[in-house]
Amino acid sequence: MSAFIWLTIITALRILSRNRMRAGLTMLGIVIGVAAVIAMVSIGEGAKKAVQAQIATMGTNVIIIWPGATTMSGVRGAQGGAITLTVSDALDLKKRIPLLSDTGWAKREVMQIVNGNRNWNTSINGISPSYLTIRDWSFASGGPFTQSDMDSAARVALLGQTIVDNLFDPGEEPVGAVIRIKNVPFRVIGVLAAKGQSAQGSDQDDVVFIPFSTAERKVFGTLFLGSIGAMFASTDRTEDLPEAVEQIREVLRARHRLQPEQSDDFTVKTQVDIGKVQEGTSQTLTVMLFSIASVSLLVGGIGIMNILLVSVTERTREIGVRMAVGAKRRHIVMQFLIEAMTLSLLGGALGIVLGIVGAKLTTVIAGWPTIISSDVIVIAFFFSLAVGLFFGLYPANKASRLNPIEALRYE
Amino acid sequence: MSTLIQCDGIWKIYRIGDVEVNALRGLSLTIEQGEFVAIMGASGSGKSTLMNILGCLDQPTRGHYRLNGLEVDKLRPDQLADIRNQQIGFVFQNFNLIARTSALENVQLPLFYRALSLKEQRTRAAGALERVGLSGREHHFSTQLSGGQQQRVAIARALITNPSLLLADEPTGNLDTQSSREIMMILDRLNREGITVILVTHEADIAAYARREIQIQDGQVLSDRATTTRSQSVGV
Repeated sequence: MSAFIWLTIITALRILSRNRMRAGLTMLGIVIGVAAVIAMVSIGEGAKKAVQAQIATMGTNVIIIWPGATTMSGVRGAQGGAITLTVSDALDLKKRIPLLSDTGWAKREVMQIVNGNRNWNTSINGISPSYLTIRDWSFASGGPFTQSDMDSAARVALLGQTIVDNLFDPGEEPVGAVIRIKNVPFRVIGVLAAKGQSAQGSDQDDVVFIPFSTAERKVFGTLFLGSIGAMFASTDRTEDLPEAVEQIREVLRARHRLQPEQSDDFTVKTQVDIGKVQEGTSQTLTVMLFSIASVSLLVGGIGIMNILLVSVTERTREIGVRMAVGAKRRHIVMQFLIEAMTLSLLGGALGIVLGIVGAKLTTVIAGWPTIISSDVIVIAFFFSLAVGLFFGLYPANKASRLNPIEALRYE
Repeated sequence: MSTLIQCDGIWKIYRIGDVEVNALRGLSLTIEQGEFVAIMGASGSGKSTLMNILGCLDQPTRGHYRLNGLEVDKLRPDQLADIRNQQIGFVFQNFNLIARTSALENVQLPLFYRALSLKEQRTRAAGALERVGLSGREHHFSTQLSGGQQQRVAIARALITNPSLLLADEPTGNLDTQSSREIMMILDRLNREGITVILVTHEADIAAYARREIQIQDGQVLSDRATTTRSQSVGV
């Protein structure tokens, strides 16, 4: 760095330290703007990461198929109300579509379960054994039921962590215990590892899994045997998902004998679709953040411009002297630009520190996850530099255009 | 001795609203290297305008000004800045030191605008301060210095670039008699060391330090004569 720039930076810092109050107030706009952006982006990134983790808990490359709505005398019911999907649909899909690595199904009802003198109302899920692998459930203790449990409609149950917390004493081993669902005794053979909240915010661990056959024959009292609540499928590769969805629609439409003009009597969604909804939300958030950032940086920049204009006026004589001893226009421009950038960079640096502290505090106090990305820090840094440069240009240019004779005579 | 300053028929015309003011009316002047010249005149005579033109802070409307053989009236602002930086040292009535900045850094200022290492700049600034007898006060701020000392800092600042021309505009106007004497002695000494000094003043006893006295009136040279006695008698 040339001696001139170095000296100018030192001079700028000295001038700022002499007018600490003024410099501080001037920087405040930038400090607040940058701090707000850093904190908000960190919180946003943390939330995004958490949502992604939640979506990942659904399983890997999962496709979910719900039955369509019922129509009674022209009144359409809620989605999933119809009983158009069946176990044979699921089996047929697996047979006909090689892209699908597996299909599974489930049907659920909210019921009371009892262990000794405690009870709890929760969703009882009758599932195919494949459901557990598709949805990536793992076990804290015990293990899954098997196809033979399915065939014999065995009275065995898998409990989610929330169920264990509510029906068992701490430290009590649930595996091997007998609980009752709708007065039917079930032997607990496995406890599922906790998954936490779903992307929609529901507690994924508040579940009981029992074999599908047991559920429809011994617990739910289903009218049409083989009708299912939801169907699940998975592919080996993420990029196969759209193609798999297309093929599923074709097969199901054919099986359900739908005419071309009829709409689907089912809904197919992939994990990717669900992720996209969340992405859209976070994009809206990002746009909002950037508008807030722009406004506060604009305000901060105007503050810097204002104080520099004051400074140019106050130091008119100094500018005259500098010109008299040989400063060229560009030297004067540089001097004031460097002062502006020193201000804005200091403000930016303070803002970055404040923003990081704010994000950490949010994690500590509110318990929200935050991720401080180095990207946003670098961007904030260059943004504050740019603000200094942009808003310093006018005062610097004004200073450099002073007539040295008049500047020297300025009182 | 070669010619340092040559002015030929210099006009300076200002426009204030609709009125044209002729600050200089075809002034011609020649100053040799090593001279000690006092320019005198009442306010409004045009001596300040002449000073600004000689100092390359301003350019004549008409006429020619050669400094060290260079036609200054044809130069662009950046070239003028270079000339001011390399050939001219200014001393002002109100010292014009930069506030809250040490004496050393004030002296260093002209070197800011040159590609010199910081170390070299400091060494030369210290040397210039020594020449005006202010060694040991490098880190004093102007508020900690007397008027005479401040003016000496200003002279050191003018000297640091080894200029061929020192322009002093009423250098003793804000000083008491004792300090004025000290400042004039320094200027006299510098002149004896070879620097051309041009002094603008309206005080006859200050002008008497010079060896040539030019009277300006209505933008023209009224009289131009050598002053003989005083400088020799007071000089040493």
